[in-house]
Amino acid sequence: MGLPVRTFDAVIVGGGGAGMRAALELARADLRVALLSKVFPTRSHTVAAQGGVAASLGNIEKDDWHWHMYDTVKGADYLGDQDAIEFMCRTAPEVVYELEHFGMPFDRLPDGRIYQRPFGGHMQEYGRNPVQRACAAADRTGHAMLHTLYQANLKVHTQFFIEWMALDIVRDRDGEVLGVVAMEIETGEIVIFRGRCTLLATGGAGRIFASSTNAFINTGDGLGMVARAGLPLQDMEFFQFHPTGVYGAGVLITEGVRGEGGFLLNKNGERFMERYAPNAKDLASRDVVSRAMATEIKEGRGAGKDADHILLKLDHLGSEVINRRLPGIREIAIKFANVDPVREPIPVVPTAHYMMGGIPANYHGQVVAPGATGPEEVVRGLYAAGECACVSVHGANRLGCNSLLDLLVFGRSAARQIIDDLKRNPHLKPLPDDAADRPLARLARLETQKDGERVAEVQAEMRRVMQAYCGVFRFGDLLKQGVDKIKEVAARAGHSGIGDKSKTFNTARVEALELDNLIEVALATMISAEARTESRGAHDRADHHQRDDANWMKHTLWYKQGNRLDYKPVHGKPLTVEAFEPKARVY
Amino acid sequence: MADLDRVRWRCRRGLLELDLILKAFLERHFERLDAGQREVFSELLDQPDNDLLDLALGRREPAPRHRAVVEMLRAG
Repeated sequence: MGLPVRTFDAVIVGGGGAGMRAALELARADLRVALLSKVFPTRSHTVAAQGGVAASLGNIEKDDWHWHMYDTVKGADYLGDQDAIEFMCRTAPEVVYELEHFGMPFDRLPDGRIYQRPFGGHMQEYGRNPVQRACAAADRTGHAMLHTLYQANLKVHTQFFIEWMALDIVRDRDGEVLGVVAMEIETGEIVIFRGRCTLLATGGAGRIFASSTNAFINTGDGLGMVARAGLPLQDMEFFQFHPTGVYGAGVLITEGVRGEGGFLLNKNGERFMERYAPNAKDLASRDVVSRAMATEIKEGRGAGKDADHILLKLDHLGSEVINRRLPGIREIAIKFANVDPVREPIPVVPTAHYMMGGIPANYHGQVVAPGATGPEEVVRGLYAAGECACVSVHGANRLGCNSLLDLLVFGRSAARQIIDDLKRNPHLKPLPDDAADRPLARLARLETQKDGERVAEVQAEMRRVMQAYCGVFRFGDLLKQGVDKIKEVAARAGHSGIGDKSKTFNTARVEALELDNLIEVALATMISAEARTESRGAHDRADHHQRDDANWMKHTLWYKQGNRLDYKPVHGKPLTVEAFEPKARVY
Repeated sequence: MADLDRVRWRCRRGLLELDLILKAFLERHFERLDAGQREVFSELLDQPDNDLLDLALGRREPAPRHRAVVEMLRAG
């Protein structure tokens, strides 16, 4: 095989909140930890999280983890696993105080306790009144969290491998995971990172959609690796969207614009929300607005030469109101949409934000897959945490401020499980002879591909197909066509090529390898969405508009091999409390 | 052009807004920068994402020696 091998107790892929929280726990237990990150860890996408961490500290008003649990179960539209949700909400105050002790600069009350801000969906008394539950650091909560965790990791000698991209996991004949094969982006060098355990914390994959708030690095690398290794991806049809991202860019336009009197127009200049929501109009709830926008586009009334977006008009508010009441909106529109909203409408489109599905894992962070013993057999040696994992605490839709909480709770619990597992199983298994065959074959294909279609073109087509056929509001006929189209794009991806074959900082090669991962996520999403003939949480279908608990109260599992689907039950039973039985979800 | 390759990867950020701004900058301006300006750009890339975005969107003023390159970032 001849590749260099580096050996660690724990190999972590991903340097965002989940990866660094796990690394910290492991390194504090004196384990040798390697953390691989494509970019400098404090530039991970966690930095984009502004809202805060949900935790029932009750510092402002009376709060209770049971209420937080109820909000989460309901927000998830009952597809969340209630054991995992209980575990997360019960543990939330502890992980927040822990982070405070690591040095996190939370906003504070005059008496020094952590300040908590209000956030949509956070309620007292099982949905009765709003409660202030979000712990934040100004509008830089994710940024502060990354810096805090990075500094803490330096103190305990976590070994960072920065600008390294993991390519594939190493799995032996028994199905046990023994590490990853990774590439140093600077040199192109390929190394086997052999680990007694491997944790994937690679974040989301919103880049499968043409319009996404996700940074370019969010390419679902962990998901692609898992799919290629023969393991399933869970609940991939559930992506959270925002109604108004800048068309062609994905940068969010705050919903406050409509609150201040901005409204949406189709290509005919019609204020179409009047037809869909005669009373609330443009202030209707997020899903109603998104659905109306998608319907206008589907029916050919979208704006622009491709009739694929909507116009957000606010010039009638006047420059003074825009500048005073909507600070920053004008600069964002000029910068990213190339229009001045004082004079022209902003082109907008529903925009993918958060992936609820991912690598199936239990609340101990262990990756699970159907096996001889049942639908959730532990995959030995492999763990997942954060947005890349589907635990599933977010179910069919995520409650605000639960994503940063998810990182902290499950980053830590995965690490604690690893510490336990390594005590019980101290031996390092031998690497199989074919450990690096899969990634080496992928690299060799890129080297030798002749006249391949450009990676950027295939990626753009993938994103266009996902947006048009599997967007925020889904139509049965479009999904059916979409399945064929995304399979065609996947076949094209298999023949895409790169012109630049150099070794040093070859961004083209990295993007080709990322496309391999994105394509798996796109296939999983489209195929899972086409099959689920109901509407639940973020999966909203025009042709099956009701939630269907009799047939669809189950998790989807998609396998790359044959694009096969399987299903497994939702965990309806919490750990210690009574279950929350499904009810119609009204707010 | 190893220099451009190195810089291109370091323009991959945690914030989408920066990815977009820096991509446009690389396409329109990078090749024409002199050695000193490239040095400045490299220093800017070492800044935390939020600080760099504030500079690029004009919410914060740059250090005098960074001004010329920041102006190009703002112009897009």
